[in-house]
Amino acid sequence: MALYDTRRRRNKIAMGLSLAATLFGLAWLVLILGVLLWEGFSGLSLAVFTQMTPPPGSAGGLLNPIMGSLIMTAIAVAIGTPLGILAGTYMAEYGRYDKLTEVVRFINDILLSAPSIVIGLFIYEVMVAQMGHFSGWAGAVALAVIVVPVVVRTTEDMLILVPDTLREAAASIGLPRSLMIRKIAYRGARAGMVTGVLLAVARVSGETAPLLFTALNNQFWSLNLNAPVASLPVVIYQFALSPYSDWQKLAWTGALIITLAVLALSIIARTLAAQGKSS
Amino acid sequence: MSAVEFTTPSVHNAPIDVSGLVEKVSVRDLDFFYGDHRALKSISVPLYRERVTAFIGPSGCGKSTLLRVLNRMYDLYPNQRAVGHVTLDDEDILSPSQDLNMLRAKVGMVFQKPTPFPMTIYENIAFGIRLYEKLPKAELDDRVHESLQRAALWDEVKDKLGASGLSLSGGQQQRLCIARTVAVKPEVILFDEPCSALDPISTAKIEELISELKDDYTIAIVTHNMQQAARVSDFTAFMYLGELVEFGDTSKIFTAPDDRRTQDYITGRFG
Repeated sequence: MALYDTRRRRNKIAMGLSLAATLFGLAWLVLILGVLLWEGFSGLSLAVFTQMTPPPGSAGGLLNPIMGSLIMTAIAVAIGTPLGILAGTYMAEYGRYDKLTEVVRFINDILLSAPSIVIGLFIYEVMVAQMGHFSGWAGAVALAVIVVPVVVRTTEDMLILVPDTLREAAASIGLPRSLMIRKIAYRGARAGMVTGVLLAVARVSGETAPLLFTALNNQFWSLNLNAPVASLPVVIYQFALSPYSDWQKLAWTGALIITLAVLALSIIARTLAAQGKSS
Repeated sequence: MSAVEFTTPSVHNAPIDVSGLVEKVSVRDLDFFYGDHRALKSISVPLYRERVTAFIGPSGCGKSTLLRVLNRMYDLYPNQRAVGHVTLDDEDILSPSQDLNMLRAKVGMVFQKPTPFPMTIYENIAFGIRLYEKLPKAELDDRVHESLQRAALWDEVKDKLGASGLSLSGGQQQRLCIARTVAVKPEVILFDEPCSALDPISTAKIEELISELKDDYTIAIVTHNMQQAARVSDFTAFMYLGELVEFGDTSKIFTAPDDRRTQDYITGRFG
């Protein structure tokens, strides 16, 4: 019995330690979210969504960075998604057993975990330095470079989950591979692939470093992608570091907006993934 | 048609009355390799038109491998190759110039686990038809109806053709797969343990179906269930360790096999 009691005691201690670790980690998250909600909510008003970033000391909003973020994210997804899906499709369907696929997967994994500031510097070098000025295009391309590996990874993973028996069944009625991929494999993997794209959007919408070197910032309303464009993360960065309390207030509000947007995307992604599993 | 001749001396071949039989598929001296592993050893076997040929033998004896050569399914995977001669109506299907999709349109396959496509019941059938024929809607409907009827599934699904193929029971899914195969109008149908995932009632239905289908097709079936082989097939091939041990009339194989190993297997002494 002594042995049994010792084991029970050990089990309890291990349980307690795990629980404590979980609570410790969770507490910081709750604290961060709490402060964010507290500081951000009070600044949330219609003006935030209708007015431009103000000079210190006057009233204003975040319309231009919100718009800039939306536009650049949309372009990044428009560039990154087709590339990522095609590459992922090659890896999972056409070249599953090829050496090239292993090489691409390895490089993709490096890209996936590359510090985003490196990507920003890279785009600065190939686009900003060549063009001679910061621009929204450069910002969008930098974000696209972040989108691609996420989409490649999820596309490949999701297509590999489509059972080979289904591929064989498709082949058994003489279905060409391209049709099998479009009509059957994509159908099976659709929910997961959409989730991947949404996660990529969530990932880039909070990126600051790549935009600092590329889109820079713009205090004024501008939809010209050949010029510097404002974005939420960069404005938060600038305003939060400023000595002006009204700018700091706006930074909190901006942070709250991004957090809520990412939260919404994550919920949509999870719902879609759950649907994909059940169907 | 001349009497079947086997090139491998180890094979017992029971005398078959081949009068009136047409050899639809001929396998001659077929070797198959998974990488360096030789999974089939100079197999020679005929498949006769409008007859059912069963392949029996213990797991890993190469039955499914042989079946997967007949529609070149193995081509989907790397490091697998077949060496030898396999002809369908005197056309060499192992030739590199063989159009695989056309071959698979002629040689259909039903798998161990039901594999309906993730689409509606109607689409599961219509999808394959549209690959080869451009039909007006009414005719397509007829063909779908006909195929489902052929697979003895029509009555159960006629009111829910728009439902997902995955919503059907296992036995119904398997019949849907048979309907899908039949819809493409193949000449040969390969069944790879089609009942091993099904309950006895569904199994009986599929067996009945196979007996009906044989009037129009050349059928090969791999099965672990010897009673099933005895029930549905006209000819039986017993395989062991990658070799074809014995081929002959099903009644002969199950009552008076020539080879000791066949005898041991069908009486349940191993396998």
